[in-house]
Amino acid sequence: MIRFILMRIVQAIATLLVLSAAVFFGAELTGDAAIAMAPGDAKQSEIDAIREQLGLDRPVVIRYADYVFGIVQGDFGRSYTRRRPAAELIWERLPNTLQLAGAALFLSVVIGIPLGILSAVKRDSIYDKIGKGLAILGMSAPQFWVAIMLILIFGGWLQVLPTFGKGGLDHFIMPAFAIAIFTMAGFMRLTRSSMLEVLDSEFVKFARIKGLQERLVIYKHALKNGIIPILTFGGVSFAGLLNGSIVAEVIFAWPGIGLVMLESIRERDTMVMEATVLTSGFLYVLMSTTVDVLYAYVDPRVRYN
Amino acid sequence: MATLELTDINQGSRLIRIKRLLRELKLPWIPITILTILVICSAFAPLLAPHDPQDLNVKERKTAPGTTWEFPLGTDMLGRDMLSRLIYGARTSVFISLVALGAGALVGTIIGVCSGYFGGRTDIVMMRLVDAVLGFPTILLALIIVAILGAGILNVIIAIAATVWARFARQARGEVLSLRERDFVTLAVVAGVPATMIMWRHIFPNVVNTVLVIVSLLVGQTILLEASLSFLGVGVPPGDPAWGIMVAEGRDTLVNVWWLSLFPGVAITIVVMSMNFFGDWLRDTLDPKLRRS
Repeated sequence: MIRFILMRIVQAIATLLVLSAAVFFGAELTGDAAIAMAPGDAKQSEIDAIREQLGLDRPVVIRYADYVFGIVQGDFGRSYTRRRPAAELIWERLPNTLQLAGAALFLSVVIGIPLGILSAVKRDSIYDKIGKGLAILGMSAPQFWVAIMLILIFGGWLQVLPTFGKGGLDHFIMPAFAIAIFTMAGFMRLTRSSMLEVLDSEFVKFARIKGLQERLVIYKHALKNGIIPILTFGGVSFAGLLNGSIVAEVIFAWPGIGLVMLESIRERDTMVMEATVLTSGFLYVLMSTTVDVLYAYVDPRVRYN
Repeated sequence: MATLELTDINQGSRLIRIKRLLRELKLPWIPITILTILVICSAFAPLLAPHDPQDLNVKERKTAPGTTWEFPLGTDMLGRDMLSRLIYGARTSVFISLVALGAGALVGTIIGVCSGYFGGRTDIVMMRLVDAVLGFPTILLALIIVAILGAGILNVIIAIAATVWARFARQARGEVLSLRERDFVTLAVVAGVPATMIMWRHIFPNVVNTVLVIVSLLVGQTILLEASLSFLGVGVPPGDPAWGIMVAEGRDTLVNVWWLSLFPGVAITIVVMSMNFFGDWLRDTLDPKLRRS
């Protein structure tokens, strides 16, 4: 077990290194930060001076090593457009994104799983049909469009919810919901199929024959077993939530990492771009490694894969 | 008087046999109709669209849908006809998605087949890479690639292809692992057939079936990805009508000119849903083994 964990950690670090190298060298090859920073009419000598000042005239590999060393100490470089350390920017914005993603996850679980159970228990009924239809709709509708429609209906026409920025609980509702829809649909479908499988099994039949109340059968016996694939999906869905938060942050002007990432891409603010990408990558790797370890803990067969 | 007649299942006129086949296949008719409309729109856009999508009619801008026959779905901020833009946008979205998906499928399958056939260290390294890419958030990955490469249609296609190749690689590799042990492959090896020819002649054709099914499953996701990238402004250049861009353009005047954002989004949703249904049907018909639990 320990060996498995260590191996997964090593793999995680390797993935992050590869990601950082890819972004670093990629950004290197396709843009010159000195030219980007200099005012439009700068002479060549001025551009060279800026380049020297930023240390951009050293060989690439050395700069990469420098970069990695810096990261380990917490220095992600400076933003060119905002004139602040990138690390500061991230430190400010990351909690907002995490809060939003957490709210979205909460919504997905709290709405998706019960709907899935309902769909499974009342199979082929009107509830099931509506549930399945909503799930497919949720997975097919583009997230950004759903968000905009929500703004239109609840912010524009009905005027009950605020449409941008971060604030109280009501500011959370629409963005979290917009992000959650896709994952909610996924949870619902997964719960439904998982529960259907479990409800068909021997021990459930036996519990019913014993005369247990249906409610006990479902919650105490069926759900506990059906929950395993749902747990893994929960961990994996983090990637989807990260995706969604980028779009939602743009639409709802939520001050989070995704927004900074997009802006830095547009402005070619290389250091911030690399920093945000690495942070997102780190979050994802952290989540997936944790899920893998948990799964190996629950299911011993995985450890010897 | 009752007579016992033995009927041959293959009897009947051609028409009856065709009808029976269609019924047995359980084709999903509504998705197929929608997809056919999509294909027709993409192919014959110039013939179908009532107006030029770039045509500016500043006098008639912001017309609501349903008010005139000339602009049945209304016009946008610059007076461009919504219906025409939707039809042309279908072409852009479909083109980009299919090309990207095709490229990703090709590259992924080749990598998967080589990796599975030759095995060894390359295989392990490749599969680690595939695992890393598979789980990584798709929009994030596409954004990173577009950030590195810059804007433009080609780069968008590359970015989208980079998000899908891993799925094909993993599937192809799995199939190759079992195909490799089959008799006809062993015989070919013994006969001295070079590895490339074995892969091309024997292994590849057997893998193509699954590849097609996966393609149909992924089209919906690809279209969504392309729309999202266009919406964020890093997709198709702003001149061409693409559904994602149309939704983005409608954002500023959302409450008054709501139809700018509504129709493209509805179009995307309908197309993706049809794709998903069709892909599910294709998978169920061709290879029930692929059904995930």
